[in-house]
Amino acid sequence: MKGWNGKLLRVDLSAGTCSVEALNGQWAKEFLGGRGLASKYLVEEVSPETDPLSPDNKLIMATGPLTGTYGAANGRYMAVTKSPLTGTIASSNSGGYFPSELRYAGYDMIIFEGRSEHPVYLQIHNNKVQLVAALHLWGKETQETEDAILAEFHGDAKVACIGPAGERQVLFANIINDKHRAAGRSGVGAVMGSKNLKAVAVRGTGGVKVADPKGYRDAAMEAYGMLRANPVTGEGLGALGTPVLVNIINQAGSLPTRNSQTGTFEGAEAISGETLAATYLRRNKSCMGCFIGCGRVTKLTGARFEGDGEGPEYETLWSLGAACGVSDLAAVTKANYICNEYGMDTITAGSTVACAMELFEKGLIKEEEIGMPLNFGDGDALVKMVELAGKNEGFGTKLAQGSYRLAESYGVPELSMTSKKLEFPAYDGRGLQGMALQYATSNRGACHVRGYLVSPEILGLPEKLDPAATEGKATWAKIFQDFTAVVDSSGTCLFTTFGIGVPQFAKFCTAATGEDFKDEKLLELGDRIYNLERVFNLKAGIDPAQDTLPKRLLSEPLPEGPYKGAVAQLDKMLPEYYQVRGWGDDGVPTEEKLATLGLG
Amino acid sequence: MQKLIRIEPEKCVGCKTCELACSFKNAGEFAPSKTRIYNEVFLEEAKFITVTCMQCDEPWCEKACPKAAISKEMPSGIVYVDEHRCVGCRTCVSACPFGMIKYLPETGKVDKCNLCNNDTPECVAFCPTACLTLDEEDKPLRQKILRFVNTMKDGQMEA
Repeated sequence: MKGWNGKLLRVDLSAGTCSVEALNGQWAKEFLGGRGLASKYLVEEVSPETDPLSPDNKLIMATGPLTGTYGAANGRYMAVTKSPLTGTIASSNSGGYFPSELRYAGYDMIIFEGRSEHPVYLQIHNNKVQLVAALHLWGKETQETEDAILAEFHGDAKVACIGPAGERQVLFANIINDKHRAAGRSGVGAVMGSKNLKAVAVRGTGGVKVADPKGYRDAAMEAYGMLRANPVTGEGLGALGTPVLVNIINQAGSLPTRNSQTGTFEGAEAISGETLAATYLRRNKSCMGCFIGCGRVTKLTGARFEGDGEGPEYETLWSLGAACGVSDLAAVTKANYICNEYGMDTITAGSTVACAMELFEKGLIKEEEIGMPLNFGDGDALVKMVELAGKNEGFGTKLAQGSYRLAESYGVPELSMTSKKLEFPAYDGRGLQGMALQYATSNRGACHVRGYLVSPEILGLPEKLDPAATEGKATWAKIFQDFTAVVDSSGTCLFTTFGIGVPQFAKFCTAATGEDFKDEKLLELGDRIYNLERVFNLKAGIDPAQDTLPKRLLSEPLPEGPYKGAVAQLDKMLPEYYQVRGWGDDGVPTEEKLATLGLG
Repeated sequence: MQKLIRIEPEKCVGCKTCELACSFKNAGEFAPSKTRIYNEVFLEEAKFITVTCMQCDEPWCEKACPKAAISKEMPSGIVYVDEHRCVGCRTCVSACPFGMIKYLPETGKVDKCNLCNNDTPECVAFCPTACLTLDEEDKPLRQKILRFVNTMKDGQMEA
């Protein structure tokens, strides 16, 4: 096998054993790697009805054939499992240096199964692999954990770990690698915690070989030129990072504010990328092999809060900021650091606090229950709530369940801004109809990185679409979702897709593996992955009736802004989407469709 | 005129593309362990530092080599290892105070930066921020002096 390492590591935590297996070559050709290939392994090995926090669930960390190379931000991996937050198949992506190091150590992926009796972590030094006791690390925050492992194992190792939130099975706990990069969503860290697995530390001194070095270099040089010439990847993301979007989306009236009661935040300027750059930003930073450099290295100074790290990113400025009505950048940045230290998804954390704030203002949550008032706009309360959620104690035990279970426990699940129990990110589906459809149909629940229709609807890439229109959005959603599945499976950062398209990925994948990945073949591969995930979800009991949005988006019009009066017109797009997907009117993939994709 | 890879650390973003480009061209695989240029990330200090061989005028490695396998070629000024003469004794590895020459078990010889044989070095070709440039000896220095001079000029009160 060229392009792939051709090896996977299987770690049985119940038995305490590690073994090396050959990667399934046929599956690698059909599902590429990363999200696709790991999903295939999960579907084959884990029953859809499995309790996500039981030893029967598995956690797969998977790179793609491009991970560890150069050309287009190829430093990514996927954490794939069954989500405890949503019950759907979950795949969470992260960059940094850890994913590439796993390939230099010789492995395409790691499959964790079972549950260790005591806390352990995995040490990988090329072909020397062992589980070691981690009782001394249990309870430590993520940065502390990494420092301790570097000191006792290998100074050049790369580390992915969980924080206290993962240990205590906060349902939106994440996995942090290289201290500040997160496989963020769907609670993959809670699954890791349920297995008593604290961390994975890897040191690799081998390399990644490709089938056609000259072809690969040519593809990289072309991508390099295109990414540098593109205004988003060549300029915007490096200078202001993802926070560049705060002002842009707010001006589009689509920045969900105070638990989506409106789409315009009066305090947006105070939490914008421009303000961050003028205050806490130290410099920008890349992940392995990345030409874009969107990372924000920040330091919080001042009397109220201290800390340093990376972020907040755009979604975080929104979730801990606008969603909670908080325009206090110091508090937002501090809450972001707490999320990273405890190992929690900032989107779900912020959106859950926002939901709690609405419940409080509506009188459903009483002050006695929390021990303090919890009004929109209160930065200090936000910081306190995020900390309680991370510790999973006091009122935090309710927050730790995510907004859907929180709102449901007060009898108002409709006040949770979720689809399939996953909190939607920083774009209001009433202003951006394509994103509304994408939230409702994403296989891991409401999500921006399964089909980023903000790109055509707001940024005009690859062409400008009217955000208010519903016509044609079904086709756009399918193409974006399928292409994203390819990018996620290759080991590449989704941000590259602002600048390069399917033809460039076809060149990279073909040159890396020696397999003929033509444009159409790649998109079909994406379609195959999407259907594979869909079928798993259906078998897990996530029926098509859940391809929907909160009542607020469907029936409460935006009260202000350019799209004042708009609601998400899902009914106009969903039937067409099913049709475009080749599914039945009931939203179930047909036998014929699955057969053409080789999934029959 | 001596050419060098000039490094401006304030432009670096810590992407290690230089390490990848170097090892891919010179070792045939993407392998930071086989690179001739090193990009280190100091996240707490928010600093990224890149180092490689500076092609010394009087190279320690050349002086230490018992087989005369290392020489500074003129006029390019590149310090080369002659693979036919190198016996892999690693004396130069000990001699270089900067750790910029290393032994490769795969070849049994030592390996160091040779500016990609006076072509555009691959690390420079792929550096996304122009932190790395191939420059003649005095050019970057002149630029630094001009920056300093301009600062002085801006601070000067009008006569």
